[in-house]
Amino acid sequence: MKIVVCVKETIDTAASLSLQDGSVFWGDASLIINPWDEFAVETALLLTEEHGGEVVALSAGGGEKNEALKHALAMGCKEAIQLSAPEDMQEKTPVVPSMLAAAVQKIGDVDLVFFGRQSTDEETGLTPPQTARLLNWPALTQTAKVIAHDPQGQTIEVERLFENGRQQAKAALPAVVSVVKEICEPRYPSFMGIRKAARAIIPKWELSDLELSSTVDSAWRSLRLDVPASRTKKVEMISGESAADIAGTLVKRLLEEKVL
Amino acid sequence: MDFELNEEQQMVARMVRDYVTKEVAPTIKEWDRKQEMDPQVLPRMAELGILGVSLPVRYGGQGMDYMSLGLVCEELEAGDTSLRVVISVHMGLCCYAILQWGSEEQKLKYLPPLAMGEKIGGYCLTEPDAGSDPAALVSTARRDGDDYIINGEKMWISLATKADYMIWIARTDPEAKKRSGGMSAFILETDSPGVTSGDIHGKLGVRAGSTGWVNCQDVRVPAANLLGEEGEGFKIAMSCLDNGRYTVAAGATGLIRASLEASVRYAKERHTFGVPIAHHQLIQQKLAWMARDYEAARLLYLKAGWRKNQGLRNTRETGLAKWYATDASFKAASEAVQVHGGYGFSDEYEVERFLRNARGAVIYEGSSEIQQILQAGYALGYREDRPLRKELPPYDPDEWTREE
Repeated sequence: MKIVVCVKETIDTAASLSLQDGSVFWGDASLIINPWDEFAVETALLLTEEHGGEVVALSAGGGEKNEALKHALAMGCKEAIQLSAPEDMQEKTPVVPSMLAAAVQKIGDVDLVFFGRQSTDEETGLTPPQTARLLNWPALTQTAKVIAHDPQGQTIEVERLFENGRQQAKAALPAVVSVVKEICEPRYPSFMGIRKAARAIIPKWELSDLELSSTVDSAWRSLRLDVPASRTKKVEMISGESAADIAGTLVKRLLEEKVL
Repeated sequence: MDFELNEEQQMVARMVRDYVTKEVAPTIKEWDRKQEMDPQVLPRMAELGILGVSLPVRYGGQGMDYMSLGLVCEELEAGDTSLRVVISVHMGLCCYAILQWGSEEQKLKYLPPLAMGEKIGGYCLTEPDAGSDPAALVSTARRDGDDYIINGEKMWISLATKADYMIWIARTDPEAKKRSGGMSAFILETDSPGVTSGDIHGKLGVRAGSTGWVNCQDVRVPAANLLGEEGEGFKIAMSCLDNGRYTVAAGATGLIRASLEASVRYAKERHTFGVPIAHHQLIQQKLAWMARDYEAARLLYLKAGWRKNQGLRNTRETGLAKWYATDASFKAASEAVQVHGGYGFSDEYEVERFLRNARGAVIYEGSSEIQQILQAGYALGYREDRPLRKELPPYDPDEWTREE
């Protein structure tokens, strides 16, 4: 059984971001594995520990070192592959699903493709379903629990988490699964894994290796980036004749502000 | 000259930082208040491989280099000093004593359980009346057939009630001409009959750690547990300090960083005179000193670690790093309290713990005064380091990651 985990190199979540000339700027902040993807790696590793098989980490783009792939290797993935496209193409998110889907097909014999629910940089959450569509596989997004995984019967049953409740869903394999953080607690990289990851030479697959043309188009594209308006805070001291008066005013204000 | 850490070192630091952030930081205040060590700390550090991080794989270790050990200590002490103390004693003073001076039989017997954290290591040099002057120690070891019989009391011993194996320095030849002569080192198993220990409470700092006393009353130790040769104890004890002090220096550097980070955070949040206090130049000055001291301390300990990797003697460099980093960490923590104002005076914020924790390291593992005497000795040419009969092995990645 082969499981692919798609991971992304993102900016450290503690970094301060700014917008410069229409692009996001993060100074010399370090790059890390997208935190959501750690849950995906952990889930994949747990499944192979239970049923056998191996986990291959895939990442589209990223720097020369690709911290996401190194981290995935250090956690225990057997193999890592970096997918590379010209920089201007990488900015178009839909190129990434095309590359990931092509890479999954090239690897072959893949039962499951795991993703974190979204990346902390772009926050679109679009890559998992887009990849599933391109592969023509079922997409089980927002997965909070793997209820049953049957590699022989080629099925997977999961629990999906939504704001208003949970849904149990079953799909035939192969399938694409994106996970939320409730699914598990990611392990730390082991020292042995770190040694392996640090010494690993990660193969790079170009568009031509994936039999994709450089004109692969986007279903959508990013037009503009804006910095959200900063929140303003104010303190309002409530006074009144008695505690009941003050409480009444407080409740009224909370209702007005739609807190209650 | 390359100032960049390699990938392995960076990943080690990040992994330990994650562990500290997720598992230590949330509860450390409670354990510090209780004056107890979190019972999860040692098993978890063992499970993660931290207790054997920089030991060869064939002795059960993780095969990382000495610079990585420093980075681990920096990260641990940025969380709490008590965690770094574990590494200082277990790895720096105990495991490395065996790695440097032990016979192959001793290494194969004692290092794997220590490296895997099945056993915890300690180091017993200081006595109630012998601290900065270890040659004044009065603990004795008398040969009796195939054993030595150890008597004496040790004081201010980290992990006193946790350690399974301890390096015990005792006087074997009371008639030796030199005060530092006639001393020997032993590997003491603390479950031997006659060994008792206890923790000291009411310490100023490192309250979430174990510090105590160990007493030996007619304890029989097999002669096979003599570390090095008889009469070599003082040299062994001093060489161990090169490793213990290294971990203290690296840890204190982490404390400077933690003080700086906490101060920067608070300075941006707290307003006075209508602006964040970060806008006030006298607050900025404190942050600038912390930033300078952090960088300088880090460079000093990493240089010492690099020399260890190369197999070069580093007594001078390690001492300098220890002196600088511990003095600077106390100052940084004190200034961090000042930045926090009245809030820094309570344990609502962590900086008061930093200040209490920083104080001890200015005393232990060679006080700042001892370090100054050593550095002056080097500068004046009064002191030189002669080769030892056995040196700490250099870091050879192939050799250290060899399975058999």
